[in-house]
Amino acid sequence: MGVVYILWLRELKKYLRSRVQIVASLGAPLMYLGVLGFGLGPVFRRAGEGSYLQFMAPGVIGMTVLFTAMFSGIAMLWDRQFGFLKETLVAPVPRLQIMIGRTLGGATVAVLQGALIFAATLVAGFRPVSLLAIPVAFLVIALIAIVFAALATAIGSSLKEMQGFQMVMNFFVMPLWFLSGALYPLQGLPPALAVLTRVDPLTYGVDGVRGVMLGTSHFGVALDVGVLVAVGALFVAAGAWRFSKIEV
Amino acid sequence: MQHLVRSFGSVTAVNDVTFDVRRGETFAFLGPNGAGKTTTIKMLTTVLRPTSGTLELDGLDPVTQSTEVRKRLGVVFQDPSLDSELTAWENVDLHGVLYHVPRRVRRERGEALLRLFELWDRRNDLVKTFSGGMRRRLEIARGLLHTPKVLFLDEPTLGLDPQSRNQMWTIVKNLNATEGVTVFLTTHYMDEADRVADRIAVIDHGRIVATGSSAELKQQTGADSLEAAFLKLTGTTIRDEAFSATDQMRQFARFVRR
Ligand SMILES: Nc1ncnc2c1ncn2[C@@H]1O[C@H](COP(=O)(O)OP(=O)(O)OP(=O)(O)O)[C@@H](O)[C@H]1O
Ligand SMILES: [Mg+2]
Repeated sequence: MGVVYILWLRELKKYLRSRVQIVASLGAPLMYLGVLGFGLGPVFRRAGEGSYLQFMAPGVIGMTVLFTAMFSGIAMLWDRQFGFLKETLVAPVPRLQIMIGRTLGGATVAVLQGALIFAATLVAGFRPVSLLAIPVAFLVIALIAIVFAALATAIGSSLKEMQGFQMVMNFFVMPLWFLSGALYPLQGLPPALAVLTRVDPLTYGVDGVRGVMLGTSHFGVALDVGVLVAVGALFVAAGAWRFSKIEV
Repeated sequence: MQHLVRSFGSVTAVNDVTFDVRRGETFAFLGPNGAGKTTTIKMLTTVLRPTSGTLELDGLDPVTQSTEVRKRLGVVFQDPSLDSELTAWENVDLHGVLYHVPRRVRRERGEALLRLFELWDRRNDLVKTFSGGMRRRLEIARGLLHTPKVLFLDEPTLGLDPQSRNQMWTIVKNLNATEGVTVFLTTHYMDEADRVADRIAVIDHGRIVATGSSAELKQQTGADSLEAAFLKLTGTTIRDEAFSATDQMRQFARFVRR
């Protein structure tokens, strides 16, 4: 247990020490929130869908969590490159504990980053249905964070080079975000797109956060949470398996 | 270990290596650059799997019983393995937790070691602000925090000043004498090997070319110093270049065949 804790703490310390990075990584979501939120607002309203800001705020939180969690995979490649990974791999502790500590650390950082963006959406005018909805929504956000931090661990364990991760970010993580229904409603999509959105775990994450914070969801919060838990378990298993195979 | 082989693609880094290290001895593993020392250590310390051959450490197999083997290990790797975004103390403390060293021992022994290596005053500084030698010292101090059964030191004194080198070998010999820690080391400083090692194995091009005590090696080769014996055993050409030249030719041949 001490091992999981100390590795979790390590991720957290590194996060809190990198103020510049914190601010920098809020740039993209804030831009989406500002430009799209206010830019598309009038169109959305005219289409009879209500406030676009209300609609997309959970999506932007989901985006932040997705990207921050996936970045923990890059941190793993750094640790490999700069050697710290070896230090943990020769230690007399089951690799599963190391993997869990790292993944939970990455997920926690993602939740914190999500909380910062949530605060920004409040400033922009986003209003959840009730105060109580907020902690519940953060449980869903934590699930999203674990799903993608575990995925990042699985990918980070399988790659040897930084460039590889760049590809993953561009060709895999970006589509995850655009297909998630973070920016557009899931009703009435063309069939092909509807299928793609349904295989994207982030879709259920964003839908779940929306369901809790706004009281309206496409799949229902229960299904969303069910899918996240199942996918999370799968990805944690995959991450643990890939991590156990690392050679340095 | 017996008939140990490890290849990386077309390069065979370790080629049919067989030797054993006795409990409680200080064993030096010497060889020119690229001979396969680090690769051998990585296999013994469970971070690399052999291509073929068998390994045994304290009666256990590093491949199938890796966690049990790791409980017996202390390792100072050749390349850095510190977290440069953490402070010196955090690195030491984290190591202690990973090796199940009780908190009190962590604190006392950690302080003693950092003082010995003159890092105590810098304990709360991030490692990324350290000089190369300071990092190396920290790496060694950290590696000595727990008392392993077998301590692997892969060129531990690389980049260290004479004071720190002396300090380090004194502590290591002391651990060896009082706690019976088996020490497996590599170094390119023949005087160090001569001074600290009970037995020596010389590896070249992935193959063992000689084993024995320093005196035995000198006698075998008729040399008057370990350095001269080493050069007689491994030749005087620079190995990395010879190695990469054959690699290049192989690659060129493959290219032409295509
Ligand atoms: N990950 C790797 N991929 C490809 N080749 C490798 C890898 N690691 C080592 N090698 C090759 O294996 C051979 C032995 O390398 P090794 O690091 O074991 O040498 P060494 O004896 O430790 O040398 P040095 O004294 O320079 O540290 C070298 O030819 C090296 O290029
Ligand atoms: Mg080496």
